Amino acid sequence: MKTGELRVQQLLYGHKVPLFEPLSFHCQQGEVWAVLGRNGLGKSTLLDTLTGTLKPLAGNIENEGGIGIVAQHSHLPFPYSVSDVVLMGRAQHVKLFSQPGSADKQKVIEALEQLNIAQLVSTPFTSLSGGQQQLVMIARALVTASQILLLDEPCSALDLANQEVVLQLISDLAHRQHRGIIFTTHDPVHALQVATHTLLLLPGGKWLAGATDTIVTEDNLYQAYGLTLRKIRMDNYATPFVAPLFTIEK
Amino acid sequence: MLSSESFIPQQLVLIISVLLLGVASLCVGQYSLTLSEVLHQLTHYSDTQGIANQVIWTVRLPRILMALLAGGALGLCGATLQGVFHNPLVDPHIIGVTSGAAFGGTLAILLGLEPLLMMGSTFFFGLSALILVYAIAALQGRENALVLILSGIILSGFFAALVSLIQYQADTEEVLPNIVFWLLGSFATANWHKVLMLTVPVIISTAILFQLRWRINLLSLNDKDAKALGVSVVPLRRSVLVCCAFLVAAQVAVSGSIAWVGLVIPHLARLLVGVDHRRLLPTAFWMGGGFMIVVDDIARTLMQAEIPLGIITALLGAPLFTFLLIHSSRRGRR
Repeated sequence: MKTGELRVQQLLYGHKVPLFEPLSFHCQQGEVWAVLGRNGLGKSTLLDTLTGTLKPLAGNIENEGGIGIVAQHSHLPFPYSVSDVVLMGRAQHVKLFSQPGSADKQKVIEALEQLNIAQLVSTPFTSLSGGQQQLVMIARALVTASQILLLDEPCSALDLANQEVVLQLISDLAHRQHRGIIFTTHDPVHALQVATHTLLLLPGGKWLAGATDTIVTEDNLYQAYGLTLRKIRMDNYATPFVAPLFTIEK
Repeated sequence: MLSSESFIPQQLVLIISVLLLGVASLCVGQYSLTLSEVLHQLTHYSDTQGIANQVIWTVRLPRILMALLAGGALGLCGATLQGVFHNPLVDPHIIGVTSGAAFGGTLAILLGLEPLLMMGSTFFFGLSALILVYAIAALQGRENALVLILSGIILSGFFAALVSLIQYQADTEEVLPNIVFWLLGSFATANWHKVLMLTVPVIISTAILFQLRWRINLLSLNDKDAKALGVSVVPLRRSVLVCCAFLVAAQVAVSGSIAWVGLVIPHLARLLVGVDHRRLLPTAFWMGGGFMIVVDDIARTLMQAEIPLGIITALLGAPLFTFLLIHSSRRGRR
């Protein structure tokens, strides 16, 4: 198995009872997987299972090169500086009774530069905007040197401009740095824009996985959300848009 | 925020100031000495009596060293626990060790045990309290910060009740005043033996915590976040709490229970060096030590009779903490 790959085989996960039928998918180097599904179905729980904070009930999770995660909410009890926060990503690379060295600090600077937030290095994390905090947490995941990155609803707290920044970053990390990326989202458009593959979680324990354009279809989305959605193609844009056809009574 | 270049000189200034404060405190007391006398006696130790020599070497020096180590232990312990429990309102009482140790000491006074046995009893019950905290957490089947804090509160309350029971039962003429004076904290009975009793656990625990200072940053994250970064949260937190329990039990064993230092000093230290525990832990140690030296100076000079330390730390700590809260909320609003 190459680094940057994640193979999930016959996985049963959940807190006590399995949430889905045995789940199998294979995220390869340079692929971006979107995980779609309704609230409370178990998207975040899946990510917790993949990182190992929650033990799987059955099945296999194989990976080479480590898994890093960017959580949906990052609450810090103390106003650590951005560099202190990102440096925490080096936990596995610093020996128990040692302190992070200059090589670790260099990695922090590189990650911040890569995300164009080097100027924030000594700003307290708690004083940043939601978008900046998200970028800092991504920087922290980058310095773990994990080849698989999981992002839990990375765009949910962001304005549209910042959503584009993060989606572009996800795409770059996969295509330029050959990492495997898995992110959860509520927006099928995000899946269509950056995900090569999609895992669609359906009510009733079913799931669908495969290339995004075969999974994110109007029929499948209806199954997932119980709502009619239209895929709309526009001139000059490669990816279609998805519009929900709400019927709001007045 | 401080750059790493300016931290080391600042830390040196702090350490030297605290040591100078210690030397200056050697002059203070009922039998006053000039600084030159003190320096002379410090550099010319002799067994051939002389009051000044006696005062310095057998009374004040061990006493000031004890104040330094006990205050340092409390400051360090408070800063560590506030980090580990992700909560700036935590103090060393929270893990139940202070109350457990207080019960051990009170029981020993009631039974009229030798000083050495009394320290043993204090230590034993202090560490037992931590074991019981973990036992209660285990019964709940979880071991996160909140469960540990709640278990600590349960044990603190339980041991505090036992201490009250002993006070209620104790002979009001002789035993009760001893218990009350000891519980309020004092270095009046300082001697080299006690300094040694304090030094060994403090040096070992402080050295371990100092080496783990960056890991405390990681422990201050919520458990899930820290685990996802590859931190072995549960064993690491257990080791840190054992170190803290040793610090607190040793401090209570030699000087009774002293409140407020472990709560206020970490906040003061954060004001000086920021929230990174790599800087906070050593700073809290030295500031705690310096603060306790001042408190003890006041305790032995303000009135004819010694004032218990717990009274002074509370009288100084409460307004100081109020000031810190106002300061930090003003800073937050800006």
